[in-house]
Amino acid sequence: MAVNALYSHRDPMLKKRDDFEDILEERRNSSDLKYALRCYTPVLYKGVTPCTSSMLKSMVLQSDQLHYVINQVSKETGKATDDVKEEASAILEEMAQCLQLSTVRFFAFTLTKAFKTLFRSICVNEDGIQRLQQAIQEHPVVLLPSHRSYMDFLLMSYILYTYDVALPVIAAGMDFMGMKFVGEMLRMSGAFFIRRSFGGDKLYWALFSEYVKTMLKNGFAPVEFFLEGTRSRTSKSLTPKLGLLNIVMDPFLKGEVFDVNVVPVSISYERVLEETLYARELLGIPKPKESTSGLFKARKILSEDFGSIHVYFGQPVSVRSLAQGKVNRCQFNLVPRHIPRRPGEDIASFVNDSAYGLVRAQEENMVLKPWVLVASLLLQHHHQNQAAGQKRGIALGELTAQAVWLRDLSRQYGAFLHWPDHIPPSEVVSSSLTLHRGLVRVCEEKVQLAVEQAGGPAGPGPHSSVAPEEELLSQAVIVLSCASYRNQALHVFVRPALLALAIHTASSNQKQEVFNSFSFLRNMFSNEFILCPGATVQDFEEACYLLVKTGALQFTQQEVLVTERGHSTLAFLSSMLDPFLQGYQVVCRFLCEEATETLTEKQFIPAVRKFIKKHLLAGRLRYMEVLSSDLQKNSLAALLRLGAVWKMKGVEQEMLKVNKVMVNSLEDTLGGKLPTQKAAVARL
Amino acid sequence: MASNSSSDRQRIAQQRLRIIAGHLQGPVDSDSTILAAECKAQGSKTDVSSERKTVPRRRQEILKWNGWGYNDTRFLFNKKGQAEFTGKRYRLSGMIIPALQNWFEGTFGASMQHKSPAMPILTSSAVQPPTLNEAFVDELKSTGIPFSHDAEDRVFRGHGHCLHEVFALREGKVGRVPDIVVWPNCHNDVVKIVELACKHNVCLIPYGGGTSVSSALECPPEETRCIVSLDTSQMNRILWIDEKNLTAHVEAGIVGQELERLLNESGYCTGHEPDSMEFSSLGGWVATRASGMKKNIYGNIEDLVVHVKMVTPQGVIEKGCQCPRMSTGPDIHHFIMGSEGTLGVVTEVTMKIRPMPEYQKYGSVVFPNFEQGVACLREVAKQRCAPASIRLMDNEQFKFGHALKPQVSSIFTSFLDGLKKFYITKFKGFDPDRLCVATLLFEGDREKVLQHEKQVYDIAAKFGGLAAGEDNGQRGYMLTFVIAYLRDLGMDYYVIGESFETSVPWDRVLDICRNVKARIIQECKDKGVQFSPLSTCRVTQTYDAGACVYFYFAFNYRGLSDPVHVYEQVEHAAREEILANGGSLSHHHGVGKLRKEWMRETISDVGMGMLKSVKNYVDPKNIFGNRNLI
Repeated sequence: MAVNALYSHRDPMLKKRDDFEDILEERRNSSDLKYALRCYTPVLYKGVTPCTSSMLKSMVLQSDQLHYVINQVSKETGKATDDVKEEASAILEEMAQCLQLSTVRFFAFTLTKAFKTLFRSICVNEDGIQRLQQAIQEHPVVLLPSHRSYMDFLLMSYILYTYDVALPVIAAGMDFMGMKFVGEMLRMSGAFFIRRSFGGDKLYWALFSEYVKTMLKNGFAPVEFFLEGTRSRTSKSLTPKLGLLNIVMDPFLKGEVFDVNVVPVSISYERVLEETLYARELLGIPKPKESTSGLFKARKILSEDFGSIHVYFGQPVSVRSLAQGKVNRCQFNLVPRHIPRRPGEDIASFVNDSAYGLVRAQEENMVLKPWVLVASLLLQHHHQNQAAGQKRGIALGELTAQAVWLRDLSRQYGAFLHWPDHIPPSEVVSSSLTLHRGLVRVCEEKVQLAVEQAGGPAGPGPHSSVAPEEELLSQAVIVLSCASYRNQALHVFVRPALLALAIHTASSNQKQEVFNSFSFLRNMFSNEFILCPGATVQDFEEACYLLVKTGALQFTQQEVLVTERGHSTLAFLSSMLDPFLQGYQVVCRFLCEEATETLTEKQFIPAVRKFIKKHLLAGRLRYMEVLSSDLQKNSLAALLRLGAVWKMKGVEQEMLKVNKVMVNSLEDTLGGKLPTQKAAVARL
Repeated sequence: MASNSSSDRQRIAQQRLRIIAGHLQGPVDSDSTILAAECKAQGSKTDVSSERKTVPRRRQEILKWNGWGYNDTRFLFNKKGQAEFTGKRYRLSGMIIPALQNWFEGTFGASMQHKSPAMPILTSSAVQPPTLNEAFVDELKSTGIPFSHDAEDRVFRGHGHCLHEVFALREGKVGRVPDIVVWPNCHNDVVKIVELACKHNVCLIPYGGGTSVSSALECPPEETRCIVSLDTSQMNRILWIDEKNLTAHVEAGIVGQELERLLNESGYCTGHEPDSMEFSSLGGWVATRASGMKKNIYGNIEDLVVHVKMVTPQGVIEKGCQCPRMSTGPDIHHFIMGSEGTLGVVTEVTMKIRPMPEYQKYGSVVFPNFEQGVACLREVAKQRCAPASIRLMDNEQFKFGHALKPQVSSIFTSFLDGLKKFYITKFKGFDPDRLCVATLLFEGDREKVLQHEKQVYDIAAKFGGLAAGEDNGQRGYMLTFVIAYLRDLGMDYYVIGESFETSVPWDRVLDICRNVKARIIQECKDKGVQFSPLSTCRVTQTYDAGACVYFYFAFNYRGLSDPVHVYEQVEHAAREEILANGGSLSHHHGVGKLRKEWMRETISDVGMGMLKSVKNYVDPKNIFGNRNLI
């Protein structure tokens, strides 16, 4: 049943989702202090062995696993085991959380104050909380929230405290530790810190994995971490990182616990606190290092309105039922379980598939606000007008009509859309516009993106008072911010959109031809969007199903036909992906035209950025989004994966080597100039 | 007893007369039996045993045809709703067990109002008429070896004691059963039968005590030949005792309790005491690689056997000497032990014997939780100081054991019991829902036993264990003999259950216990069982490198349309869970047909090939066609 919950994409319309409850409402009506000091008695795991944070540490240090690795390290390095032990204990000291209720209460008080000014509401599905409560009692629980903001894990703990649910321990990046006082505060509220990279460090890995497993197995607390590894700067879900997921599934696979429940949590912000910060970062304006003083400077945002937050606790997924029939647990029978081993192929692909499934579960329960649809429409208009040389925006009435059309379409595609149906659509649209007034300009009933800040017309002009490059960047900040809202809805549209694009680029209407084209695009973009590996056929079928259901496509024995009314849908869908298409093309072009023999990975982003800026200023590119470093990185990753680019050990750094013929043909295929079959990559 | 055996003798003499009369009259009726002429090969002078036979040819005379054990012994709820154990054979016999009803109703959600009685008698119309190989029957007759194709005899040998087998019998359902039952009297009789079987291509299925729990005795439904059940129960003599070498040469049909009784008369014992020893036979032990409760002192069957004689279609296999150990290639005993009747019939076994122990003492230890208990057993095994038997029951089984306490005779005892309970739960702070108990049995000379006892209790104390008296220990061991009767009681009230076992390395004992119990509960829930099941385990044997774990599992099946199927699905899932947690397919029950599907992954492709090639050489025509194991 849990498997179904995770992979039930066949008919999204059948999905029944829970109702939300605003937890701030009560906070606005009663004492915050009383709330922070109230009696907190969460239900615990039935098999819990009560222990303190310090006992945990000694359990880890005394475990068989660690003994083994310490001896191994000592043999390899020639250090005395006692020295290695010392080292281990220091690492653990640096890593470990020390959850204290008093700190949590402090946060409960201060966060309430902050949340009340920042947000209109924090909506939580209470049924999800109840399911979580149940799950916590029965099995060790792993919480997997989506990651869009620094707020995420404070918010999670805040909600769990509010509902009297066991507080989690949270895997956090080491960068927080840079913030002196705050780092310790976070530690006391349950965070434990991991270094960003510790690839070859056996001791570190052993400590870290054993620490997490010990907390999980003993039911000390639910373990929380971010499957995406880092905050998504684009609001698209990121390709899941597998390290921690591997660790938390391990106790089940090795039979050390009966089951582990994994709970995907979807946190959606109507307005992300870091909105413009992200855009600047993507454009290469360096991000400020996390620091306590920086945090204080950020407090001016307290005066702004960030709308509401929706937090959806998904159906707990039993790892046992996920693994049923996929993993042969007998493989651990022949070697003592405390000896670290590389997971077998079946386990690696099982964890990978599960990770994708879980990220999709997060995506599916992500609440979409009307603004997400409005932003998508505005972006498309912006680009169309720009191409046509028009400067005026779209009429509010027309925008509303289109938003209603898109609302219905997205609902049919199974989007979790929170559109207040009791309010007239025009009001819905205008209140969205008001909340995001930094990004849009409404003037004489016409709406457009707020890109013409400097007063002059957009685009390069000799009379502009600011330097054209600065002008370009400030416009791009707006466009990228807007795009990040559109991105929230991408998971709803990505499959049909890939199909629309495939129909557009395929050389004929032949079903096979379209499928080939779809498969090529899907493969190309699988670093960009969450597309489960190996699920090409399912994705194609899902896309076909949705487009046929909504009457945009018809299938004959051999052919795919676009219906009369389907054209506009398909045009909308494919232009949704156009910026990505152009982005990948331009990266290809860069690699063909400008990549030198000595291009390193580090130099890649600045170089490609410079190249793109040049073309944008010359008016040869349509989409400012292609300036996004995220897109550039993803396209490089895709090219590396496809073998069109490879890394070679250089003198100091790894060099990027380019197969220009292949990159060139990829670019042509993306542009529809080459049929998929004949493309050099068809064999991929 | 004396009068009993003399009346037995009378009865046998009468029977003999009747049969001789029958011979004179001509062909036998279908329902009568033929008695063999005396086995020529064995003179009665070498036969050291007395004449009494615990198991008659017509087993149904003393044993239940559709349940466990003796006809006169069963649990029942009397009119006052109190549980009672009938008969005179056991310590618990004739006693009232006041707490059982409460436990039974509380644990299973069963009710005295909802009964599911068994069919009282077997209707012979339910049994298919035998497929007889006339030529075989004719030649068999001429050998004078007794046989029968009476329906009751055949049905009795067509099953073991798996739940589905007994459940079907209680409903009066009978599938494919043997067509003829034959009772060889000695090794040479067996040789003749096997020769005839090969000559006429009939299928032979050896039958010992009939206590199999692996579907080993089930007739393969696809078998079209005449199936002959070769019942070894009449081959039950001790042929000689060698006091110099401390060995005894015994016919393989002897059942455990008889073997011990007869050896005891001479001051010896084998010390091999599987839980089924009242009914299971020596040949059966060898054929399944049995294990006894006191293996820590005496060893398992493979340690006890010095010499085995087995009749196969290719002839008789045996070693040429009675040596304690040999380096002569793979031990051929290991082709025989565990062959589960697929290669031949074990006819005679030379076994190690020991002088009877001077002193026996039971004991028990209460632990605050199962984890501590397992840690203690592990330490005991590490120090290699395990008593004759040491078993650790989990909390559920501890409570179960308590429910089986017979009515106490005096207020004083019940007061003492109350005091003990108070001491353990209140004073020592043990959680009554977590504590568990280890039962112990010490054997040897008095001084050593007492010394040994102290050593074990000292280790237990390190793991928080409290000595809890001899009584608890003794009751624990008694439980093993009566628990099979309890299943029949359960089945009268919609409760079905079974036990199964595994062996597992020490580091996985806790994990396997937890996971298998949880899996049973989850599977019951998933399969629509309306009531929460009993899912309990005990660590029942310790080894240097691991332990044997025994699971009990039972549930109330009211509301299920096909309870046996649900039961089988759950048991199947539990076995998968065992294997996934590093447990073995079986520690001592064997594979039979019930667990065959997992053999390949258990012993590898090459291993399967080895076993198959042995089978192909020894029995190319599949005369021993019970299709167990491979």
